[in-house]
Amino acid sequence: MLKENEIKVGDTHTAILVEDLKRTQIVQYAGASGDYNPLHTDEIFTTQVAGYPSVFAHGMLSMGLTGTMLTNYVGDGALKKYGVRFTNQVWPGDTLTGKATIIEIREEEGSKVVDLMIETTNQNDVAVITGNATAIIET
Amino acid sequence: MAIEKFLVEASHIMMFARSVGDANPIYHDEDYAKETELGGIIAPPTFAQSSAQFDPDYFLRPKIGGEGWFGSGKEASGARPSKDKGGGGGGAAMGLHAEQHFEYHLPVKAGDVLTATTKPGNTWEKESKRAGKLKFSESVTEYRNQNGELVITATGVGVQTERAVDS
Repeated sequence: MLKENEIKVGDTHTAILVEDLKRTQIVQYAGASGDYNPLHTDEIFTTQVAGYPSVFAHGMLSMGLTGTMLTNYVGDGALKKYGVRFTNQVWPGDTLTGKATIIEIREEEGSKVVDLMIETTNQNDVAVITGNATAIIET
Repeated sequence: MAIEKFLVEASHIMMFARSVGDANPIYHDEDYAKETELGGIIAPPTFAQSSAQFDPDYFLRPKIGGEGWFGSGKEASGARPSKDKGGGGGGAAMGLHAEQHFEYHLPVKAGDVLTATTKPGNTWEKESKRAGKLKFSESVTEYRNQNGELVITATGVGVQTERAVDS
């Protein structure tokens, strides 16, 4: 868990979430999450029927990868809120970097919490996820 | 959509954590997890999405027998999906997933048995250069544990696009 006396507004945490995303990892997520939409797992359907250049990652895979960065930063069981918008698709071969920025330290329901701005970008510096999170911190 | 029994199991958590690149032992090592304040294996923050596994009608899973599957086999496309069935954990049933928000009320632990009920939220429309007219719709899912306690509120926003999104 983050400690109040060790953090300040403006602090950032970044991590590489995945390098050269493989189709197999997308399949792995399909199996774990139960979302077998062929748009994520079936190159033939996605290119020939749906008209996309290739399969692409589940938005929730990008959110999950970003969540890994987030919990590695704020600690286990500390999150109170985590929300994202999916701003661009994530394709096989993408390398994603996640970033959390502290925007406020405040009190909520008797606990000290930190509000974070979240952004995940691809290798072209295009945001694929923007969002926010709130986590409990130690005083 | 309602899920009557979402069994939160340690092996499922382990597989889910692997798929999102998370090597944290709190998700797979019982001995480690027991010694933490949380007292056992917990679910990662987006794990509730996998409640789709426990929705008997979830339309993005090939069914045993019956209605066929719309992915490629001999042909590039099989049967058409029936879009009125099953919501899973969020917006995926409503086209592409536009937003997802989770509120965490209590930790979800291996061994929990959750129920989930989903209600429709707001709907709105927007014009987009990349994909034509966009129709957004929100769904709100409440997950409760075996003690009836609210553990997670999940809000998904789905978007139906007029055409495939160019990137």
